[in-house]
Amino acid sequence: MRDARGDVKRPIGLRLWLSGGWLTLLVLSAVFAPLIAPKDPLMQDLFLGRMPPFWMEGSEPGYFLGTDSLGRDVLSRMLYGARLALIVALVAGTITCVIGATLGLIAGYYRGWPDRIISRFVDIWMAFPPVLFAILLIAVLGPGLMSIIIAIVVIDWTRFARVVRAEAMSQGAMDYVASAQVAGRTRFGTMLTEILPNVLPTIVALLTLEMGIAVIVEAILSFVNLSISTDSPTWGGMISEGRTSVHQAWWVLVFPLITLFLTVLSFSQLGEGLKDRFDPVLR
Amino acid sequence: MSSYLTIKNLTVRLKNGAPILRAVSLDVAAGQVHGLVGESGAGKSMIGKAVLGTLPRALQVTSGEIWLDGVDLLSLPASERRRRIGATAALIPQDPLTALNPSKRIGPQITRRLVDILGWRKQDAEARALDLLGEVHIPDPARVMRSYPHELSGGMRQRILIASAFAAEPKLIIADEPTTALDVTVQKQILRLIGEMQARHNTALLFVTHDLGVVSKVCDTLSVLYAGKVVEEARMQRFFMRPIHPYSAALLAATPTYTNPDSSLTPVPQTVTDAVEREVREHDLRAGA
Ligand SMILES: Nc1ncnc2c1ncn2[C@@H]1O[C@H](COP(=O)(O)OP(=O)(O)OP(=O)(O)O)[C@@H](O)[C@H]1O
Ligand SMILES: [Mg+2]
Repeated sequence: MRDARGDVKRPIGLRLWLSGGWLTLLVLSAVFAPLIAPKDPLMQDLFLGRMPPFWMEGSEPGYFLGTDSLGRDVLSRMLYGARLALIVALVAGTITCVIGATLGLIAGYYRGWPDRIISRFVDIWMAFPPVLFAILLIAVLGPGLMSIIIAIVVIDWTRFARVVRAEAMSQGAMDYVASAQVAGRTRFGTMLTEILPNVLPTIVALLTLEMGIAVIVEAILSFVNLSISTDSPTWGGMISEGRTSVHQAWWVLVFPLITLFLTVLSFSQLGEGLKDRFDPVLR
Repeated sequence: MSSYLTIKNLTVRLKNGAPILRAVSLDVAAGQVHGLVGESGAGKSMIGKAVLGTLPRALQVTSGEIWLDGVDLLSLPASERRRRIGATAALIPQDPLTALNPSKRIGPQITRRLVDILGWRKQDAEARALDLLGEVHIPDPARVMRSYPHELSGGMRQRILIASAFAAEPKLIIADEPTTALDVTVQKQILRLIGEMQARHNTALLFVTHDLGVVSKVCDTLSVLYAGKVVEEARMQRFFMRPIHPYSAALLAATPTYTNPDSSLTPVPQTVTDAVEREVREHDLRAGA
């Protein structure tokens, strides 16, 4: 198939549809959580503790996915939990990407002393064990949304820096870069207009992957109670609470776990799919 | 005959001081084709890169002059030098596969220089690019302008690069082994095309190759390079009749001809390479002293 400009059009793959679809659903839930959540996610009702989901015997009408041990609605808590997960994914992913990719691009394209400084810095940085680093950081900063985001950025910017540096370096050695310079482009201009577009597919793939990682990190930190205050619902917090009562009420654990899994999977699949579509050579 | 490009005693070294080009001097006259021959690693590409200001970062010019159109490039500030080179010189690169930006359509890659450096209007630049693509015998230029590089064959890309090199009517073009990456049948066409374009546009051409056979077809003058040192500079006719330097003579003997197609099997004799090596070492001693 070709469109008016003569481009080959490819149908959007199943992978993009499914992952994109799930993430869109998630974004909508997060944005409209107050409108669509059937219950107040924080409202406890000890008489309604550990109600099973709707298809099981003894379920309570209005609590589709059951309740936790304090009688809070699992579905509503998950919808609200999507807010926090997505905010962390978006903000932490973007900041990590911008910092790491910028440094990687400069190091890989300019080489020389900028590269030596940045690469040395990355090496030293990576010598710290990341999880320990994160926990330490949050212990110092105190739990909270900001701390989580900072922890993710601090741990993961090196991934962007390393991958983008390698890519920029191999692009920089190509003849088209020399041609651009003979044609009068400055080095900085060449970096932005010639190198960056060719590194972009990789950056996009890394970014979506990073968003998935951010969701997991947030969940892990909630799980060990280092995240946001315990009354705002998070998937990690739900998993942590559900774990203690898994024999009496498995649904409190299983639904957020599945959601988390699908979300992380979708982010990584979206990244792969977008990379293929962005890459002119594969397109 | 006035020369358009004059290189005087150009020395290029690695950062650690090891010489890559050893006091190279050569002249390319306006509208003439100057061949630059030498074995792989002799430093042919580095001469081109030094002129165009695209030497790899590990290398630097330590002495010498590069006069382009009456101006010593090395005495200019970087931005002025870049502007000058952009406005008067262009490159036909060795490998058409890496010489076009894979993420951009062909059109803007040809018109870039016209718009950026010469300040043409976009429509004019596009019209000019279409003309040029026609000139290099590309069918359906309008479609090619909208294509991405990976959609085109190697021969097509090299034609595009030739068109692009001639786009801004440069007075000097450096062609760095423009046919080595192509298959034999396409090589001949591209060679003919470069000759045709050079004659029509009356451009000075520095033609880098390791093939004396090719030189004999397209060049007016030539320099023979060995280990970054020019061992002989000559006019074509004289060179093929009576090469002066023993290394040139040995190269010539190793070039297949119509009457002796197997002579490429004749290696350059050990005594000759020894002699040139000695010459190079003596040069280094004198340069070091
Ligand atoms: N980036 C670099 N760092 C260090 N040495 C280099 C670099 N690039 C080239 N050289 C050296 O410069 C010398 C000349 O290389 P050049 O590419 O000019 O050879 P050439 O004559 O063009 O050979 P070919 O026919 O293979 O293209 C070689 O000995 C090479 O090892
Ligand atoms: Mg070369």
